Amino acid sequence: MTKQVQQLDRVIIRFAGDSGDGMQLTGDRFTAETAEFGNDLSTLPNFPAEIRAPAGTLPGVSSFQLHFADHDILTPGDAPNVLVAMNPAALKANLGDLPRGADVIANTDEFTKRNLAKVGYAANPLEDDSLAEWRVHAVPLTTLTVKALEGFDISKKDAERAKNMFALGLLSWLYHRPTDATIKFLEGKFAKKPDIAKANVAAFQAGWNYGETTESFSVSYEIKPAKLAAGVYRNISGNQALAYGLIAASVQARLPLFLGSYPITPASDILHELSRHKRFGIRTFQAEDEIAGVGAALGAAFGGALGVTTTSGPGVALKAETVGLAVTTELPLIVVDVQRAGPSTGMPTKTEQTDLLMAMFGRNGESPVPVIAPSTPSDCFHAAIEAARIAVKYRTPVMLLSDGYLANGSEPWRVPEVSELPDISVDFATAPNGDDGETYLPFKRDPGTLARPWAVPGTPGLEHRIGGIEKADGTGNISYDPDNHDRMVRLRQAKIDGIDVPDLAVEDPDGDARVLVLGWGSTYGPIAAAARRVRKAGGKVAQAHLRHLNPLPANTGEVLRSYDKVLLPEINLGQLALLLRARFLVDIISYNRVRGLPFKAEELAGVIQDVIDSE
Amino acid sequence: MSDILNGRGLSLVPKTDVKQSMKEFKTDQEVRWCPGCGDYAILAAVQSFVPDLGLRRENMVFVSGIGCSSRFPYYMNTYGFHSIHGRAPAIATGLAASRPDLSVWVITGDGDALSIGGNHLIHALRRNVNLNILLFNNRIYGLTKGQYSPTSEVGKITKSTPMGSLDKPFNPISLAIGAEASFVARTIDSDRKHLQSVLREAAEHKGTSLVEIYQNCNIFNDDAFEQLKNPEVRDDITLRLEHGRPIVSASKAVRQGPRGLEVVDRASVREEEILVHDTHNPDPSLAFALSRLDEPAFQHVPIGVFRNVDRPSYDERMAEQLDQAVADRGQGDLHDLLHGGDTWRIN
Ligand code: SF4
Repeated sequence: MTKQVQQLDRVIIRFAGDSGDGMQLTGDRFTAETAEFGNDLSTLPNFPAEIRAPAGTLPGVSSFQLHFADHDILTPGDAPNVLVAMNPAALKANLGDLPRGADVIANTDEFTKRNLAKVGYAANPLEDDSLAEWRVHAVPLTTLTVKALEGFDISKKDAERAKNMFALGLLSWLYHRPTDATIKFLEGKFAKKPDIAKANVAAFQAGWNYGETTESFSVSYEIKPAKLAAGVYRNISGNQALAYGLIAASVQARLPLFLGSYPITPASDILHELSRHKRFGIRTFQAEDEIAGVGAALGAAFGGALGVTTTSGPGVALKAETVGLAVTTELPLIVVDVQRAGPSTGMPTKTEQTDLLMAMFGRNGESPVPVIAPSTPSDCFHAAIEAARIAVKYRTPVMLLSDGYLANGSEPWRVPEVSELPDISVDFATAPNGDDGETYLPFKRDPGTLARPWAVPGTPGLEHRIGGIEKADGTGNISYDPDNHDRMVRLRQAKIDGIDVPDLAVEDPDGDARVLVLGWGSTYGPIAAAARRVRKAGGKVAQAHLRHLNPLPANTGEVLRSYDKVLLPEINLGQLALLLRARFLVDIISYNRVRGLPFKAEELAGVIQDVIDSE
Repeated sequence: MSDILNGRGLSLVPKTDVKQSMKEFKTDQEVRWCPGCGDYAILAAVQSFVPDLGLRRENMVFVSGIGCSSRFPYYMNTYGFHSIHGRAPAIATGLAASRPDLSVWVITGDGDALSIGGNHLIHALRRNVNLNILLFNNRIYGLTKGQYSPTSEVGKITKSTPMGSLDKPFNPISLAIGAEASFVARTIDSDRKHLQSVLREAAEHKGTSLVEIYQNCNIFNDDAFEQLKNPEVRDDITLRLEHGRPIVSASKAVRQGPRGLEVVDRASVREEEILVHDTHNPDPSLAFALSRLDEPAFQHVPIGVFRNVDRPSYDERMAEQLDQAVADRGQGDLHDLLHGGDTWRIN
């Protein structure tokens, strides 16, 4: 039977199943195949905080969404065209996001009376007409997998567990994905259990063959490779990009990296990644708590290392006092906050932009700290280098605000050549800087940057003491002098205000938009996609995205004032809007949703259009 | 670099041939403890003993937390970091773990180390980072003007406990031994010779050494250690711990009794019955038992090195892993890292 092949320009697939069904792995593999094929792509994993919530229940559903296209795309997509539902819970939890007419591939084996009852289905939706508006492909994935693995020397349970690879095989057939890398991957992953490896490969191939032969799939789809800028690409998640950025920063700063960290969702993967790269001279220290993590990083910075601590919001709260110490001792330090839904424990695996004001102000005293936010998963690489550049050049702690969406999301990344990366190295102090040629003044500043010299232990003649008590300008000796304190407070502020950051760029293809949509951090993708939609429909909108939140680019006020209206979507209750209104007296229109999920492009397009229409 | 990355005690801290004097280790800062404070004696003891270590001054770092004693680094003409309350062990851990060529000293007090910083202290001890922790124990909060501390005796009347404190104090030595410390000692501000000999042994020890120093706060808790200083009784009360020597005071001796260690009149036991001190005993039980002998309140107090065992230090192991990683797969190469994994080329 020859099957019809249909051309598509883009597809959004969501794999959904129980936490134990291996949906993240399935999604990762489909992503790798898609990246290899050359589509542009963007992913959104969504999983419960519980490692294994009760099987078959709604809270236990784990999903992975992948958007891929023959052109450049900006988000993981609003609504899936295809839902793979491994059980009734996965169907029920995700059906609401599924537009009419979308495909549902359901594992009928799991639609048992008991499983249906667990999620409140009175009748089997695959058997009545409640799914009539969707194209349902009822496939007994488990039975087919077990049958395909008959004769393999593995337990029934292991055979059943391979059903995700059967599903992957089927989807790979459906979208013409290359398969060699997945086979190689499975052989590597289960290298120590060759029987399991063989079974998984067989299940994967059986899934592919099933697509080829079954009548329930009469059409397969082709999505041509995207035309991206020339270069070498790899798919990368935000956390991995951030870890690589820190390694690159260490190399480019010629400073050994010291990471002090305490495990916390969704930041732990940065600790995991960095701990694998000891041959770069990287020391990773899993501390007894968040405070010790940042303390050790600061101690290492005093000794001349690139000190880094990685955490999420609750950890930043605990680190505040030490960050204040870094502010006043003027030592370089990078604090990575992979933001998650709060307050308190909140929703650890869900995303939010709610730590901006904490990053800005969450310390006692006048305690200014530069704040940088990456805009996409791969941008985490460059943002980490930029954070390190500022930290070492100005001897200051820097807050790097990633979030759960960036951390776990992934996209193709054009891998830079090392020669393209900035040299961010600085010199340690090696000689006395006092007028007498003998004394060392640890707080005598560089007139250009206002940075103090960085003299590390082991340097003869520069022995000095620093600490949390106010220091006399220049000598660094303890000082309670009122005027000195006022001067030091202002100097520390002036140093941060004077950091060189690039101007805010505005994108306005027609050049005559009257509405500006502004964003920061991970909302870049959805905002840019929304702006595209609006423009396609004839609307005029300019877009700008802030990467440096402290200090703000010098032209920020000018940009804001040159539009009739400024719209600022944020996944918080208006934290950047508060800062910008206070600073520039511009009447910003906020759009806020705090659902633990990224914005959808369609939603934002509607909001932008409304603002345009209200002119 | 790789010889620097193999920390063993002081073996990697650069030595100097130039003879140093106490004067070079003093700073021009005015010392601001209350007149008569025990901290003065400890400072003088440290300043006069460090030249003997023969280390380069620039390779010594004093890190402290918050409290009266934590001003210490400002008076030592070495590198110094006066940090925040309780966190000195954490900060010093990062420094020592990344710089095996430094001799790192933590100056802390009973409130700093055992109350707000208790967590960092126990973890530094179990990790065995190459640090020397000097715990100035005056059994009171001095800097905040006289509240009871985690080492104050039960029933202590202070500003915050007008009817007496309720909580049982920590015994810092027992705590340290329980936290897997490889070096634990006790000394006293008034006995400079003893203090210096203990500090020397601590400095030479590989890994974390914890030295509890009984320190008199003459303002808020005067004479807390009076019995150990009063010439009439101190020699009877003080049980000297010296490796390989029987554990005795002038009139008392320690022996194994049916329910553990007991302190008896020296005259009543035969020499062979007296417990001989072994600081290197790998089993910490006996050292722990010795640490309990000062109960109840100072009838007899062991002074000296309770425990000094050889165990790999954290920084040494950390450096080994780095070396191992390079030996296994070569020095890291940024280009290879970035271009590794599954890549594809677009032309
Ligand atoms: S308050 Fe006590 S411990 Fe503090 S400086 Fe005065 S005497 Fe010394």
